[in-house]
Amino acid sequence: MRTPLPSSEHLLLTAQLTHFMEDYARCLDQDDLERWPEFFADDARYKITTYDNIRAGYPFGMMYADSAAMLRDRVKALRNANIYEEQRYRHILGLPFITRAAVHTVSAQTSFMILRIMRDGQTMLFASGQYQDSIAIHDQRFLFEERIVVCDSSQIDTLLALPL
Amino acid sequence: MHASSPPAKHSPWPAGDLTRVPYWVYSDAATHAREQDAIYLGPVWNYLCLEAEIPKAGDFKTTWVGEMPVVVCRDESGQLRAFENRCAHRGSLLCLKNRGNASEFTCVYHGWRHDMRGNLTGVAFRRGVNGEGGMPADFDLAAQGPRQLRTTTLCGLVFGTLCADTPAIEAFIGEEILARLQRVLHKPLRVYGEYTQVMPNNWKLYYENVKDTYHSSILHAFFGTFKVSRLSQGGGVIVHESGAHHVSYSLAHQGGPDHAFEQEALRSNQEQQLRLEDTSVLHIVDEFGDQCTVQILTIFPGFVLQSIYNSIAVRQILPRGVDQTHLVWTLIGFADDDEAMQTLRMKHANLVGPAGYVSMEDGAVGGFVQRGIATAASESSVMLMGGREAKSSASRASEASIRGFWKAWRQAMGI
Ligand code: FES
Ligand SMILES: [Fe+2]
Repeated sequence: MRTPLPSSEHLLLTAQLTHFMEDYARCLDQDDLERWPEFFADDARYKITTYDNIRAGYPFGMMYADSAAMLRDRVKALRNANIYEEQRYRHILGLPFITRAAVHTVSAQTSFMILRIMRDGQTMLFASGQYQDSIAIHDQRFLFEERIVVCDSSQIDTLLALPL
Repeated sequence: MHASSPPAKHSPWPAGDLTRVPYWVYSDAATHAREQDAIYLGPVWNYLCLEAEIPKAGDFKTTWVGEMPVVVCRDESGQLRAFENRCAHRGSLLCLKNRGNASEFTCVYHGWRHDMRGNLTGVAFRRGVNGEGGMPADFDLAAQGPRQLRTTTLCGLVFGTLCADTPAIEAFIGEEILARLQRVLHKPLRVYGEYTQVMPNNWKLYYENVKDTYHSSILHAFFGTFKVSRLSQGGGVIVHESGAHHVSYSLAHQGGPDHAFEQEALRSNQEQQLRLEDTSVLHIVDEFGDQCTVQILTIFPGFVLQSIYNSIAVRQILPRGVDQTHLVWTLIGFADDDEAMQTLRMKHANLVGPAGYVSMEDGAVGGFVQRGIATAASESSVMLMGGREAKSSASRASEASIRGFWKAWRQAMGI
């Protein structure tokens, strides 16, 4: 099968999604965590899991939320309760590949690489994988209805403090 | 001097003293190498997998006993078998998959065949080609092969041992620990997910952490910050008489202020009043009917069973060199869980693992110690909380179960 040439509407949507994805990545990379839940619909599902779990049909992962409120709680916990050494991420994103587009919703898959930079400067490839998204389009805005973060590796180094 | 004594430049370790642990134990390469034989090949039951992971004849999974690669499988008659994942010929890994189904294991290197017990059954070109080459006529297939483990099962868990003297698992862990294991794993299990946490520290630092009831409400401020639980809740610690295994548990909070916490002015108590917005993560189903909301159980040398709220998981502690540990998490539930229970367990899984609200710090503290003791091989830690012995206690402000670990470790290592 050959990939058909995308239409200009399709390319425009891809570009708009790219902007949205970059905005999300910048939010996390710049420690703007309080803004992170705002990318999600109130009843959104967010999950971090692994390729192996998906392949085995296992539903659980490392993080799960079924409301934006749970994401706000996650931020509250990270800010006030949890202890982790100072660290930040650098997301390197691929282009979103649209798998389904309707009037008010679009599904897309986007590859990511996330580098983790520790306080002493040590930088490692912390995670690679694919975002599997279902996104609502409302009032000229995108909102995640579902974001499944599928990590390529089943190993997580030390801890997974900041969301991916 | 006994061969297992510490190198001369290191600090001495008075016999029977469980209150000090010299730091060389976490960084000495010779000690690490000896652990493989003295501990993992010794009279212990090593956790291998869940029966639910290999339910059918021919199902297999690859795992480890310490650093030894192992295949665990169900043979054609349904018996559980385990053997070293090492070809009888020249030592290649025999099985190159995480899991699968097979009727035999054929090495990719030169095609030597092994049955589901790990017995060598066939040698490629054994008779040579056109009368040339081949194996000597007296070559004995049965005399060559990977080491085989004796397996046993308990509550859906599969364990293996390489030592002929290991007692039955029930006797190995003792009545009290057995009862606390059966309390949780009381019906057929189901696997919900798995992942591996890579820790930048010696395996014993993680083992200490999981047995450390003293740190939990101090290091992990989540419950305290959101006013959910306290060290002064009811509960206790059970330490096996060998020290090797333990259970710690706490009961649901009965309400009322916690003055002990206020007096200590702990970090978690200094925050302004914080509330969770979505409290569904704190909703608990008392599924074992005893108000016990948290239980951690260990079986020496590498098994942890955790039930924290309704999140149930087994954790396998695997050394990876002297300064790295793999913690393999398998999140489980019961075969008859309904959808609501599955969702609840998935929410409570947020409490544990590398991103766990109440356990993410455990992935890092071992590394803090490993880095902290970088040049302290001749110094020692202090473990005097709750006395000098390794006995069961009602208080969790105690390091009794860690002292138990060292009692068992020194016994096994002859140190
Ligand atoms: S190493 Fe396995 S057949 Fe040679
Ligand atoms: Fe802990």
